[in-house]
Amino acid sequence: MNIVWLLLVGLAVVTAIFKGTMAEVSNATFSAAGTAVQLAIGLVGGMTLFLGLMRVAHDAGLVQLLARALRPLFRVLFPDVPKDHPALGAIAMNFGANILGLGDAATPMGLKAMQELQSLNEDKESASDAMCMFVALHSSSLQLIPVMVISLRAAAGSQNPSAIIVPTIGATLASMAVAIVASKTLARWQRRRPSGERS
Amino acid sequence: MIKDLVNAASAWIVPLLILGIPLYAYAVKRVRVYESFIEGAKEGFEIGVRIIPYLVAILVAIGMFRASGAMDWLVWILRPAVAWAGFPAEALPSSIMRSLSGSAAFAMSSDIFKLHGPDSFVGRLVSVIQGSTETTFYIMAVYFGSIAVRKTRYTLAASLITDLSGIVAAYIICRLLF
Repeated sequence: MNIVWLLLVGLAVVTAIFKGTMAEVSNATFSAAGTAVQLAIGLVGGMTLFLGLMRVAHDAGLVQLLARALRPLFRVLFPDVPKDHPALGAIAMNFGANILGLGDAATPMGLKAMQELQSLNEDKESASDAMCMFVALHSSSLQLIPVMVISLRAAAGSQNPSAIIVPTIGATLASMAVAIVASKTLARWQRRRPSGERS
Repeated sequence: MIKDLVNAASAWIVPLLILGIPLYAYAVKRVRVYESFIEGAKEGFEIGVRIIPYLVAILVAIGMFRASGAMDWLVWILRPAVAWAGFPAEALPSSIMRSLSGSAAFAMSSDIFKLHGPDSFVGRLVSVIQGSTETTFYIMAVYFGSIAVRKTRYTLAASLITDLSGIVAAYIICRLLF
């Protein structure tokens, strides 16, 4: 992350020198910082609503039910998480919301899941294997029906805006499989040293 | 038709969840739903505030990168390799942008739809790519920021491999189907 961050900023400044876009780059810093805060604050409303709703679902035993249904899958994906841990319930809810395309609902549940995974994490500063797997899976865009893309296509006057649904599901499933294999492989390569050995 | 159905279903899902879950909890499980809701909702604000530094850090870097025009260079460097694979160069910028910024990537896709038409091969390819990849950097900032984890280990590598595989899979599937 350090390298990527420096690379983005470094490339931007170097390019700006050659292209003479330094003023734009300078303006972008402040407007992006403002956007970031707006985004974070914008998340608060939905987050509060769905965290509350999720607590109700949890107290009613619904979350645990969903987690139990997905247990075989979770045993493969998150072997380090005990089978009745609340983290799995939150992960199940997050996957469910993502697949249905409820982005606003998915984020609070995802963050709840991260919190639960953090409670199992030995080194609170660095990500556990379960967290890496969980976040990487999101990059495959778990959403099955890409509602945003379909409405964008419809707005552009497409004859058949939903023609891309099946191919999108295919590509999503393929990249999901890659996410699992990549996370598992990288986890094996980069096995975390026990905290005692850390220099 | 499918689009109407999807839209209708999206509109129904959230209200039904907000009614259904508390109703089941109260009627069947005798949960004090109101108190339970408030208890869970408490953390919402705190989490929102906690992710601000992470979000500012990554969005400023991405904002600078976009404003500088460095994307043109990246595309120029990658173009030969991509052309060799037969992947249309027009689809390259929006595909790379998808991991960095969702709104920017959607704007670029819109431009492609205008230029080539949403039903052209490029238009469809771009659609599938946008639908099967994610705003990786944003997700990482928010998810890890919310629990103050700074060392993300191999998450970025795994996520970018996943994004890339989404693009490749989209291309292969579109070539087979369209």
